[in-house]
Amino acid sequence: MASTVFAILFYLATLLFVVGLLYRINTYARTPAPLKIPTTPAPTTTGGVVLRMTREVVFFESLFKSNLWIWVFGMLFHASLALVTLRHLRYFTEPVWGWVEFLQPFGIYAGITMLLGLLGLWGRRLFVERIRYISTPSDHLMLVLLIGIAGSGLMMKFVAHTDVIAVKTYFLGLMHLDIQALPADLLLIVHLSLVVALLVVFPFSKLLHAPGVFFSPTRNQKDDPREKRHLSAWAAKLESEKN
Amino acid sequence: MADIVAPAYRTIPIVPALKPGSMEGKGPFVASEKINEALGFPGQLVEDWHDKVIAKMGDLLSKYRSFRVFMDACVHCGACSDKCHYFIGTQDPKNMPVARQDLMRSVYRRYFTLPGKLFPKLVGARDLTREVLDEWYNYYNQCSECRRCSVFCPYGIDTAEITMAAREILDSVGYGQKYSNEIIGKVHKIGNNLGLPGPALEDTLAGLEEDVKDATGIDVKFPIDVKGAEVLLITPSADFFAEPHIDSLIGYAKVFHATGTSWTLSSMSSEAGNFGMFIGNYDQLRTIAMRIRQAALELGVKRIVVGECGHAWRVAYSFWNTLTGVGDGADADDRFAQMLQKQLDHRYKQPMHICEFTWDMIQDERLTFDKSKNDKHIITFHDSCNVARGSRMGDMPGGQFEIPRNIIKAVANNFVEMAPNTTREQTFCCGGGGGLLTDDLIDLRVKGALPRMEVLKQSVDEHGVNFMATICAICKAQFTKVLPIYGFERKMVGGVHQLVSNAIQLGPK
Repeated sequence: MASTVFAILFYLATLLFVVGLLYRINTYARTPAPLKIPTTPAPTTTGGVVLRMTREVVFFESLFKSNLWIWVFGMLFHASLALVTLRHLRYFTEPVWGWVEFLQPFGIYAGITMLLGLLGLWGRRLFVERIRYISTPSDHLMLVLLIGIAGSGLMMKFVAHTDVIAVKTYFLGLMHLDIQALPADLLLIVHLSLVVALLVVFPFSKLLHAPGVFFSPTRNQKDDPREKRHLSAWAAKLESEKN
Repeated sequence: MADIVAPAYRTIPIVPALKPGSMEGKGPFVASEKINEALGFPGQLVEDWHDKVIAKMGDLLSKYRSFRVFMDACVHCGACSDKCHYFIGTQDPKNMPVARQDLMRSVYRRYFTLPGKLFPKLVGARDLTREVLDEWYNYYNQCSECRRCSVFCPYGIDTAEITMAAREILDSVGYGQKYSNEIIGKVHKIGNNLGLPGPALEDTLAGLEEDVKDATGIDVKFPIDVKGAEVLLITPSADFFAEPHIDSLIGYAKVFHATGTSWTLSSMSSEAGNFGMFIGNYDQLRTIAMRIRQAALELGVKRIVVGECGHAWRVAYSFWNTLTGVGDGADADDRFAQMLQKQLDHRYKQPMHICEFTWDMIQDERLTFDKSKNDKHIITFHDSCNVARGSRMGDMPGGQFEIPRNIIKAVANNFVEMAPNTTREQTFCCGGGGGLLTDDLIDLRVKGALPRMEVLKQSVDEHGVNFMATICAICKAQFTKVLPIYGFERKMVGGVHQLVSNAIQLGPK
């Protein structure tokens, strides 16, 4: 029963995640940027922009300049999440890729650091007056959701083991539209339910910061307005109307 | 005015405690019917403002990627929360960049996102009510669009873009701000922000020629409407009569004179400032900028040089090419831009900042200075926000920081920097930019100047600084007003070309 319910949930959530995200990205990409507004000093070449964006996305450069504590907790969370996610590829591949195998031990510790990062961020949200002021209930819930995912995952590793072989069989099956038995294990059910919830809320929430940053004109524009005329379609129309 | 007091300096510049509501209802005067209608906006708040606001918001969301992405991307991390000078000075939490954005974002979520439609409370979405609209008017007119927050945001969210959108929406329903809209009306009608008509301008310039002749014995010209001149100078109209602005205008004229450059001003286009940017209105921005194109075409100039003005330089550097074709690199079939670009001399940057012009001349050794003439000054440099974070000078990123400093060091002996996290791209706004340089906002202006004044005080105490150079007409006017309130000499602020003017050698070499 649970196996079928989760199969349906995962298919739907994945569909929603992919379609929702593509829809958003398409909207961002199609909306024109009529004016040159990079936050200067900005790179003057495409290569420079790629570097700037890489520093922003990989090292959170601007956040580092802003606030060391938010940077530390944010970095801890995101880097750990990346490792943890890569580690989880082992449940979707057979045989497991060599580099995923290599990441396995680090991925487990990353689960702990991910939780620490999240708790740090939540602590700031709760105890720093001005950040508490700007927090909405959904900001807190989002952290609860992620803490729940990390916590239930760690519990399965360190407290009450679940049958990971069966879990893997289940997910490999899902990938071939072949529904296998999912272990009826409370922690696992909690873990997977929260992941489904995360997939669903992603395209509708502030998690859009992930694709959004790539479309941010203050970061992705070249600083070359004097050298190249930049004209959006709707602005060009004004010229043909009036001149 | 007597009750205007400067807030106390913070002994250690820690993040101030929140004082919710401290700047409620302190926004600027609302534009009159006449002022609004002159710009084609509804005279007063229209009856169906609610639907019109939502429709306009949808329109802007489809036209500006910045606005669209910035509405979605914020995670409320708080990186920007202590970066705004108005928040530091007023302690009103709604002056934190993220909170200012959220005044708009909450409405965006309610009307344009699924979770906001389904669970408004949960995601901080709210209905657009008259109270919300008034709150927009109040707090979006307490932002100087200085972009300091955008430096620190991990997604590059620029509150200025949201403030501009808010002001455009408010204008579109007849809820405009008096100061900015009145000034835009004057540009359209007369050609400059101060409403200085052509004949008055000619008188002023003739007077300046006499003054300079008296002081130096040299015939330095201030030409206007000269067809066939090489350089068209576009400068903020404050340069024509305000103190200390006028001293920089004299400086530009001396540089042109000493280098034998033929130049001219234009009576039709006697304003570099463009308040169309402040109100976020593309049409206004473009129409105002078109006067410069028109003047350049009519006078047949080869180069366009821009005087000391912060937001004007952002508009000129970043937007003129887009708006009017003043620049380079238009497509071959782009007749509108090519018409002008064919006329301009592309051995030089188009447009060029007066500091770039002067620095080029200094490097070519075409200017000589007696640096001791500035020895009475211990000088520091205040980076103006629009120059620092919205433009460039020279060929390298960051040239907008180096070139003015290089000029100061070439014309004066005593130069010191202010605290590093308050200069260059991290500079603090003077407190009067973005269309807020009006007496009805003096309380906000004084409080917003606090972070800069704290750092200036430090330089005065440690290095004996007695002159703060800057290249922005608004900075100059704002500091002239607020420096005395903080116990400094008003004459402490001045232009970079004022220092050039002091030291330049005009006689035979």
